[in-house]
Amino acid sequence: MSENVIEARDLTKRYNGTAVVNGISFSVARGEIFGLLGPNGAGKTTTILMLLGLSDISSGQARVLGYDPTREPLAVKRRVGYLPDQVGFYDNLTAAENLRYAARLMGIERGEREDKITASLRHVGLADVTDKRVGTFSRGMRQRLGLAEILIKEAQIAILDEPTSGLDPQATVELLNIIRELKHQGVSVLLSSHLLERVQSVCDRVALFNQGNIALIGTVPDLGRQVLGGGFRVEVEAEGQGLAERIAAIPGVQRVEAAGANRVLLFADRDVRPEAAAAVVAAGGRLLRLSVEEPSLEAIYTRYFQTHAGERHAA
Amino acid sequence: MRREGSALHGFGVVTLKEVADHFTSILVVVLVVLVVATAVAVVRGAVDQIKEITAEDPYLFLRLFTRGGPLPLVALLSFLVPLIAIGLGFDAVNGEHNRRTLSRILSQPIYRDALLFGKFVAGLFTLSISLIVLWLLVIGFGLVGLGVPPNAEEMARALVLLVVTIAYGGFWFALALLFSIVFRSAATAALVSLGVWLFLTILWPLFSPALADAVTTAGDVLGVLDTRQMFARLSPSVLFNEIVAVVLDPSVRSTQQSMLAAMGLALIERGAIPDAPIPLLQSVLIVWPQIVGLVAGTILLFVIGYIVFQRQEVRA
Repeated sequence: MSENVIEARDLTKRYNGTAVVNGISFSVARGEIFGLLGPNGAGKTTTILMLLGLSDISSGQARVLGYDPTREPLAVKRRVGYLPDQVGFYDNLTAAENLRYAARLMGIERGEREDKITASLRHVGLADVTDKRVGTFSRGMRQRLGLAEILIKEAQIAILDEPTSGLDPQATVELLNIIRELKHQGVSVLLSSHLLERVQSVCDRVALFNQGNIALIGTVPDLGRQVLGGGFRVEVEAEGQGLAERIAAIPGVQRVEAAGANRVLLFADRDVRPEAAAAVVAAGGRLLRLSVEEPSLEAIYTRYFQTHAGERHAA
Repeated sequence: MRREGSALHGFGVVTLKEVADHFTSILVVVLVVLVVATAVAVVRGAVDQIKEITAEDPYLFLRLFTRGGPLPLVALLSFLVPLIAIGLGFDAVNGEHNRRTLSRILSQPIYRDALLFGKFVAGLFTLSISLIVLWLLVIGFGLVGLGVPPNAEEMARALVLLVVTIAYGGFWFALALLFSIVFRSAATAALVSLGVWLFLTILWPLFSPALADAVTTAGDVLGVLDTRQMFARLSPSVLFNEIVAVVLDPSVRSTQQSMLAAMGLALIERGAIPDAPIPLLQSVLIVWPQIVGLVAGTILLFVIGYIVFQRQEVRA
């Protein structure tokens, strides 16, 4: 499980001397969902295109499943599925015809082709529109059709560029569910996004892009600790005497703040709810409410770019 | 450094898909039907004319292509074949960009070469099919209308005409394909292609003599004519018309013949006996440079497009 399927070292892309991607390094482990996050124009799509061998690498090295994308693009592209930003299909062809064309380009034998197309369309919930023209499809359906193409390929890695942008909440949830299923099938997923809330729920690890550099990399709680300093905020509402002092004594609590009558806010580096509850009960107080706010990617992102605003002005 | 795998992997798949697209494209079908219908009408006119005038012409059948009211068939072809070719090619590559299908297709295990070769060959194939249909219809109408079967020589010359017309269309298709790579907007590519077509077909033959006279230093009439002709030949339509004039008329033995005749100069000055027919091979040899020129122009345009496409960024 610890084997890396994607490795990028000092990956750089320059256009006319300007570095769009500036010496980034990261790796994606097998079976992991890895998120590339950052504002538009931060270099996410360029990174993806370099990994697929669709764009030249100015300097640095990339390895995808052990292959070099510039020297062995076909080996990479045979094993990696790609869903571009706002994926397009031939509107005058039906869903099945579009997939058939892709499947033939993949070199899938005629005998297996139709079964795979039917199975993948069923998997992404498009079975009833198999013979409808793609021109009539919604954004969400097109994205799912793109995922069906990756399923047909039986890709080991799925690279998804902004898979949820422009989708309504329902379509987003459906799409994320399919992405989770990909993971269960052992597919590693690399996805890019600027929609943080949704991405947080599926990503194992994320890399935060800023102006062609990776600013931060790690799991969401890790990043929370790094950026926000102590990620967890526990709110306790309880009636009783001297609760604040008792709660402040819990190991891991960094700060206690009064937030109105009978309410205190705890800032901790971990989830201290059990200890807080125990403390209230031990003091003979009445516990009314106990809630935790996990570090949200949104907060990390906002805070990070606020504190680094000076570096961003050029973007 | 060698790339792994064949550059043509997936070429057949792309070609088949593109040909299917062309034959289901309303634009292409309309253009082809239009040209075929016009051609058939012109040939019927030619049949009537031939019946009235020439009875003892040994190359009666070939007159089908060169006679017929104000606009003989070959003139029509030199005008309308580019239109079909541009219609086939103007949105070949930018269409993939605009539909956002390019990066998805190129993420399949194929090289860009396969996509571009596939599109090029599919365009040429569609063009050839359309022109073969047209050619067969003309021959058929000629047979029925004239009631005289063509001899072997006439058939051979008609066949050369077919091949040359395909090469001529290929040039315009390669031009449209190049513009479809260079310009992201299909409308721009179409308009620029049509602009170049109008310029080279209509304006250039009008302006090139003046330009030639401005740069030439030759004193004698023939020298001036030569320079003018060399300038005019920069237009593929002029090349096509020169080829056709020689190939379809065995009595023409020089591409300058009609021009000289118009200038009132007898061919005898150049040692030629007028009206004595020459064999097909000789006719082809006379216009061989023009044929090579058309094919070379097509290849050159395709190569430029190929290089631009290889260096182009995939993202929109």
